[in-house]
Amino acid sequence: MPTPTPEAAPAQGLVASAHQTAGPYWHLVDFPEWADTTRHFGDRLPPGERIVLTGRITDGAGAAVADAMVEIWHADPMGEYPDPNGPEKEFQGYGRCATQADGSFRFVTLKPGPSPLDGEARANLRQAPHVALAVFARGLLTHLCTRLYFEGEPLNETDPVLNTVPPERRGTLIARPTGPGTWTLDLRLQGEGETVWMEI
Amino acid sequence: MSNIIPGYRRPDRLSQPPYDSAGYGSTRLRHPQQPPLRLPHTRTETSAPRFSPQRYAPRTDLTVQADGSAAMGERIIVGGRVLDEDARPVRNAMVEIWQANAAGRYNHPGDDHDAPLDPNFQGMGRVFTDQDGCYRFVTIRPGAYPWRNHKNAWRPNHIHYSVFGDGFAQRMITQMYFPGDPLLALDPIFHAIPDEAARNRLVATFDLELTRPEWALGYRFDLVLRGREATPMEDHH
Repeated sequence: MPTPTPEAAPAQGLVASAHQTAGPYWHLVDFPEWADTTRHFGDRLPPGERIVLTGRITDGAGAAVADAMVEIWHADPMGEYPDPNGPEKEFQGYGRCATQADGSFRFVTLKPGPSPLDGEARANLRQAPHVALAVFARGLLTHLCTRLYFEGEPLNETDPVLNTVPPERRGTLIARPTGPGTWTLDLRLQGEGETVWMEI
Repeated sequence: MSNIIPGYRRPDRLSQPPYDSAGYGSTRLRHPQQPPLRLPHTRTETSAPRFSPQRYAPRTDLTVQADGSAAMGERIIVGGRVLDEDARPVRNAMVEIWQANAAGRYNHPGDDHDAPLDPNFQGMGRVFTDQDGCYRFVTIRPGAYPWRNHKNAWRPNHIHYSVFGDGFAQRMITQMYFPGDPLLALDPIFHAIPDEAARNRLVATFDLELTRPEWALGYRFDLVLRGREATPMEDHH
């Protein structure tokens, strides 16, 4: 098969580029300090509750996924996301973490508050505190997306996303407390107990 | 008054690879079997982390170490634009790149390919797009390497790209390939993308404008992130 030169892109109606796997060597862009979103505060007390998010990723055979890149994205403790036109804030709920040999990941961050559903028009609609998760790895041609919710949050009962998930699978999205300030959610790529993956 | 931030357009199915791709062995135990839950886009998906060059130091020339030592191999210039589907430039976007060295070896403990490491080449870069969505970096043309997916399997020359847009729904990791590479025809990762035109958009083009006389060849590689929905869903209640 020849490899033709790509045609010049039309000015309008472009199509988003195709994703490709991050492969097994993505660790060249792994910066372990990124797993702690509170790192810029140093010894100062950050606003809100500092928490640990952990979990293990397993594949369809139950084996540890030891070469994955996990990213988190979530609102700040007030439920706010950065204003693209405002000043850069000290805290933003973005982190990146490499899974270990046992498939585990571990983030240190600030617990997000209830966040707006969309813009000001429906500012009274709040989402339950949650963390967007993205998993990139060898064997994932496109990253997998899901959300982590916190067990016991009253807003879980009315969250517009959580409530579209069939009740019997909702548990795959709800982290449980496993220690002081520590929340755990295991992720299953495939098979029994498969995580509810989301097309975002 | 409505101020709903519109979501992003859904991907064109044939232009994106599936999770389950028989030719790529690593997808077998890693692809979900349940259909994904389609999410309405909330602020979580329409917002994104912000990265500034002040906090995330750029590394735009991968070929020279701090002490001036030069990497081995063919120096190349790679540049292009990051646009959305409406051809609007994606400004101040952080673009991370990583790749094998000229011999086809990654500076990574997991890479056991019998090819030399280059102490002067780490294979990691970070650049930011400007007000026109343009980026540019200098690197070494990466070599091909074997990967055991099937008999005599070799990956075509490629550079990995990680891009952040204005919304987390635009997040993308992909690979840039080189024109005329005979291995492209045989590569199951490249061919997992069903649409031929979409595949070929991941192949850079040789660019004489980017080529610097007496110094290095230039390759152009444009990336397109998802565009916004034309009209946000209005709530009239």
